[in-house]
Amino acid sequence: MFGYYLDLALRSLKRNKALTALMVLTVGFGVAASMTTWSVFRAVSGDPIPQKSARLFVPQIDNWGPTGHEPGSNSTEPPSAMSYTDAVALMRAHRAKYQSAMYQIADSVAPKAANQSLTLIAGEAVGSEFFPMLDVPFAYGGGWSGAEDANRAQVAVISSQLNGMLFGGADSVGRMLTFGHHDYRVVGVTDDWHPHPVFYDVVNTGGFTPLAADIFLPFDTAIANDANINGSTNCNQPPAESGFKGLQKSECVWISFMVQLDDAAAVRDYHQFLVNYSLEQQRAGRFNWPPEVRLRGLMAWLAERHVVPSDTKVSLYVAVGLLLVCLVNVMGLLLAKFMRRSGEIGVRRALGASRGEIYLQFLVEAGMVGLAGGVLGLALTWLGIAGVGWVMPPEIAALAHMDVSLLATTLIVAIVATMLAGLYPTLRASAVQPAWQLKSN
Amino acid sequence: MTLPPILAALRKHKSGVVLITLQIALTLAIVCNAVFIIGQRVATVQRPTGMDEQNLFLIQQQIVNAPTGNDAASLERRYAMLRSDLMTLRGLPDVASAAPVRSLPLLQSSNNGGVGLQPNQDHSTATTTFYGGDEDLLKTLGVRLVAGRNFTASEITHDDRGGDWQPPVAIVTRALADQLFPAGDALGKTVYFNGGAVPTTIIGIVARLQTPNVGWGSDYNWNSTLLPTFPNDTYTRTAVRAKPGQLDAAMRDARQALVAANPQRVIRNGFAGFIGIYPYSDIRARAYRADIGMALLMGVICLVLLCVTGAGIVGLTSFWVGQRRRQIGIRRALGATRTDILRYFQAENLLIAGMGVALGAALAVGLNLWLMQQFAMDRMSLLYVLAGVVALLALGQGAVLAPALRASRVSPVEATRSV
Repeated sequence: MFGYYLDLALRSLKRNKALTALMVLTVGFGVAASMTTWSVFRAVSGDPIPQKSARLFVPQIDNWGPTGHEPGSNSTEPPSAMSYTDAVALMRAHRAKYQSAMYQIADSVAPKAANQSLTLIAGEAVGSEFFPMLDVPFAYGGGWSGAEDANRAQVAVISSQLNGMLFGGADSVGRMLTFGHHDYRVVGVTDDWHPHPVFYDVVNTGGFTPLAADIFLPFDTAIANDANINGSTNCNQPPAESGFKGLQKSECVWISFMVQLDDAAAVRDYHQFLVNYSLEQQRAGRFNWPPEVRLRGLMAWLAERHVVPSDTKVSLYVAVGLLLVCLVNVMGLLLAKFMRRSGEIGVRRALGASRGEIYLQFLVEAGMVGLAGGVLGLALTWLGIAGVGWVMPPEIAALAHMDVSLLATTLIVAIVATMLAGLYPTLRASAVQPAWQLKSN
Repeated sequence: MTLPPILAALRKHKSGVVLITLQIALTLAIVCNAVFIIGQRVATVQRPTGMDEQNLFLIQQQIVNAPTGNDAASLERRYAMLRSDLMTLRGLPDVASAAPVRSLPLLQSSNNGGVGLQPNQDHSTATTTFYGGDEDLLKTLGVRLVAGRNFTASEITHDDRGGDWQPPVAIVTRALADQLFPAGDALGKTVYFNGGAVPTTIIGIVARLQTPNVGWGSDYNWNSTLLPTFPNDTYTRTAVRAKPGQLDAAMRDARQALVAANPQRVIRNGFAGFIGIYPYSDIRARAYRADIGMALLMGVICLVLLCVTGAGIVGLTSFWVGQRRRQIGIRRALGATRTDILRYFQAENLLIAGMGVALGAALAVGLNLWLMQQFAMDRMSLLYVLAGVVALLALGQGAVLAPALRASRVSPVEATRSV
């Protein structure tokens, strides 16, 4: 029976080619617009570390007090980054399972060949626990130890890209490189690790940055070596002393912080620890305001920092609106097409076809339009993804890609949406009274 | 042409009418808001920075063999290297002028802070971005001084890597001056930066200079402060004005001359556009890429929407014409002219589109309110809705024309034929 319906649907669709083409085009464009913007949206809004995001937290401490907020603002939100004083205190206290202070660095790196021109690379100064906390995969070697943190060891973990550039992609553990004015021994090479968004330091990267971190240095080593801050620095007051040393003594905030807390009790304890720390600072006279701390989970933190660009969301909503209009359009066209065949329906009903069979027949026809629209939509989505670089920032556009899941989603969305649009017209068609149609003929 | 027969006919196609009305309404709502977004982005992109952007280019580089320390010896050594680069650039035949800069408008790398009228003021009176440079900065950027004077060479300091936050003199933009001193007498007044206690005198006012921020800090886009500080860092930026028409030659010569003077520098274009030599037009294009892209995307979506809706009207009306051939024939036989038939379908469409745009106008305003709430978007002017209403009514009439003409050509003889 299904084969017969397919045949009927094909005949019907062929009979009015312009109308069929219009419906297929409408579904195709609607689906392609939504799927293209969806591909971008899912790339930027996904969980960057699904196996662990529920256990990662970002602490915030208000070291600026009420006067540090915008005039007239009711917000009590502490600064999004940390001062050196607080970051070091939290690292020393070591109250979480894993913790790391982080700041963005950038400097020149010495190339392998003398005739190669010098390049600048960006990186991150982090604690040794950064690597186990974030499940950083290694191609060679691994992170450094807590002892190396304490000794301010001249060690570095580099990205596979930098390893390719400096050492031709070979196992470079133990080799030396020059970053800025200092030499570092490579202890690990990461294995293609490009989290999107750059969740560990959204304060400095905004989440999406054209500058991938190519080098990781021990935090205290970077501080000791005066490694340039590449990220943003925010101050409520100018530092009393100039230079990097002055910055470290100031209340300026420029350090990101992340901790791993494995259960609810640990989260509670850590929150209490932050409050107690702030109270201590208050007693010591550094803060003259009551504790104001935050301890957000990673996903809540990303939402708070508005990591998903609002343009991406607006585009998605507008494209879904377009799909909706397309479906209303298809619904109207299907209705017109089906009702025009009232006579045919009357004859089929009179010859013994049940309402259910008529229903199925027309749903198959709607489904075929959906399938054709889906195939067209797939081609257009592919084009859309290729062209998304024209309309979105490159670091975001680069994340959109066609994969099996998007391919399946596109087809399913097209077919399901068209069948949904076909439900009402089909219902109307199956409700045609045979006697009425036969009489009028 | 009277309304009752049209209404009677439409009652026979209730669901079709509802669907096309809904489609027109949704189309209007989305198109209005999309065009509004386009309008805003275009307005953003077209804002003048206040500089003379033609013939301007920027050099961003890292001097690898310069000392990084902040002790007096390192500072002097580094300053000497940076000065020597500046002299090299100023000596090039195609270069009109060159100045060290901490940042430039639209460069998306900024140093911002507060300005107060009292020492140690808790909440600052205004927010500003800080630009640093030397006495050639105004000339090189082509910024217009409207009151007061430029910095003198003796006022320029170079003794701090982070920049002097509270120098004795500063030049501000008119916008910042007016915000600080609404009476318009900012020149010669004293201000305090970043809640500090060191007084700074406003010695000059420039007409306009945009901040480096794009996409945030929009509440102080025109609040710029120029400080007489020579940025003394191993990562350095230099703004260069080429002689008219000599931009390419000046850029090429600058690269060659700098590398020849000291090859120990990172100057090859890269590092996400923060290293290398770029004409200012590139910096502008990069800053507004997302805005232009968004406007393009909204444009494409509008176009597709209008095409779909137009085609939908054509399709549905054609179907109705086909269905009513007999009735049309009867009307023709009873004396209706071709024009009467044409007008009938046009009036029918106007009625449906009229209902659609009425609903759509309400939806458009609702959607805008929602976007305002969700994405801090601005309020849409009702002119957009009005223009959208006119556009959709015109689209409806355009789309109905072909099927209506076909209807008008139905011969009266059809009345006698059975289906």
